[in-house]
Amino acid sequence: MTVGLFNYWACVVLMLIGLYTAIARPNLIKKLIGLGMFQVAVFLLYISMGKVSGGTPPILHTSGEAYSNPLPHVLILTAIVVGIATLSLGLALVVRIWEAYQTLEEDEIVERDHD
Amino acid sequence: MIDAHLPILLIVAPLVSAPLCVLLRQKTLVWAFAFVVCLASLGMASLLLVRVLQDGVISYALGGWIAPWGIEYRVDVVNAFVLLLVAIIAAALVVFALPSAADEIAAEQHYLFYAAYLLCFAGLMGIAITGDAFNVFVFLEISSLSSYALIALGRDRRALIASYQYLIMGTLGATFIVIGIGLMYMMTGTLNMADLSERLPAMFETRTAMVAFAFLSVGLAIKAAMFPLHAWLPNAYCYAPSVVTAFLAATATKVSIYAFLRFTFTVWGAEFVFERLNFDALLIPLSLVGIYAASLSAIYQTDVKRLLAYSSVAQIGYMMLGIGFVSVTGLTGGMVHLFNHAMMKAALFLAVGCVVLRVGSSKLADWKGMGRRMPITMAAFVLAGLSLIGVPLTVGFVSKWYLILAALEKGWWPIALLALLSSLLAVVYVWRVVEVAYFQRMDEPAPVKEAPWPMQVSMWVLTGATLYFGLQTDLTVRVAQRAAMGLLGVTP
Repeated sequence: MTVGLFNYWACVVLMLIGLYTAIARPNLIKKLIGLGMFQVAVFLLYISMGKVSGGTPPILHTSGEAYSNPLPHVLILTAIVVGIATLSLGLALVVRIWEAYQTLEEDEIVERDHD
Repeated sequence: MIDAHLPILLIVAPLVSAPLCVLLRQKTLVWAFAFVVCLASLGMASLLLVRVLQDGVISYALGGWIAPWGIEYRVDVVNAFVLLLVAIIAAALVVFALPSAADEIAAEQHYLFYAAYLLCFAGLMGIAITGDAFNVFVFLEISSLSSYALIALGRDRRALIASYQYLIMGTLGATFIVIGIGLMYMMTGTLNMADLSERLPAMFETRTAMVAFAFLSVGLAIKAAMFPLHAWLPNAYCYAPSVVTAFLAATATKVSIYAFLRFTFTVWGAEFVFERLNFDALLIPLSLVGIYAASLSAIYQTDVKRLLAYSSVAQIGYMMLGIGFVSVTGLTGGMVHLFNHAMMKAALFLAVGCVVLRVGSSKLADWKGMGRRMPITMAAFVLAGLSLIGVPLTVGFVSKWYLILAALEKGWWPIALLALLSSLLAVVYVWRVVEVAYFQRMDEPAPVKEAPWPMQVSMWVLTGATLYFGLQTDLTVRVAQRAAMGLLGVTP
């Protein structure tokens, strides 16, 4: 039972680590790393649910054997692309923030705006 | 022939035009192109609403793959209404953008601004039109990513931080939505909304159903800036270029609310959300607290843009309140307010944009004597402000009337009273701006200088709309009523 749900437990743990990092860390790069982890955990969730034990890919399928539906994997391909776009946009913003503030710590940025 | 493909053209036109903007590069050319695309979209959206009102639901199978296997675009009164709203705002604002963006955005970034603007527009239209749950996420990210870029175009360096914070919050929200959709797919094996609504009832007893709904609603609440998940909104609206602020305030949160409506009423059904989970017991108090907290914050702001941003959070509270009543009158009120608030908030932010163009600041302290310096702009600000308060003869009155009516229908008079009293807070924050603009003398007299005519035109079109729909309540209310009935599954 516990072994069968291993993927889901891993998902939950990764998700929480990512979520915590994205919210609690003051460093802007670490926040993005956390965000990335959070998203990857969700990819894992989708891929895990698409797994059928003993299932084969539905290519040239003639007999009645079990097959895995490729749809969740395809959805995650889309989500990975979105994740890359988000990360690159986030990093681009971080570069601009570094140029404008010369720091990447959230508290220091807030301080510098008050001067 | 081409008529049958209207739903997909509406999305493809702005989506394909965005990269074309990057190829064109030349500033005026790009603007003219974006303008034509927005006008064409407006035409198509109006045509679509007329069709839907006449013939009922339009279903379009993408690439000929029949739903539930393929992606379906499904247009009924609810989303035809939202599509038209987004198209109107986009077309009106692209006119405003010509002088305003020229002033606020660096010249070498203009073509990129229009590209991002069209992408954001395409994304928002996509969320509204699609009948596929995962497709909602894809379009949501298209619109969100482009809006992060748009916000970062602001002159102030704080725009970068605002955009970054919105990126973190927005992506978390979108990922929550993906988790919710994933769990729904896990239970039912389908992503088509109509199909989901048929298969989900069998799963209502499971914990997965509750968790899926929880993730979905929290994710959408972040995107809609529902109190208390609104923290990203004030900074994002405050430091973005004026056009972008007006565009996002009028459309982005509204479309998220539409998505929330679609998932709660069409996909999950009112019975599950409100009778089993008693979601209204959470929604109504939160929206009331949100209305008061955000209105009070608005009163203490020293920047007009930020003041209006907080007011937006409060107004979203009214829409949520309307949804929380779960009655035709309540939903009508919520839907009408969605439309009306988009008009008046866009008009208000455009008036701020006009002042920013001439004075260079949206700080309240710099607005002294603005009533004399820019009388036409301030007149529009006051009219739209009156609408925000909900004075009779303006649109704001119409939506508040329906909300209070819905509260009384249920016999919840304390809520009706609270909603009524909250308008007084709106009086206070609108009055603060009016007081500074009309009754405080400017430090050194400056000549009358209005904003260029394209800005005036688009500001007055939207201000005029707040007055017109305040008097001609027939059109919006009738459509909203049909939309509300459609959502609740009541036949007229």
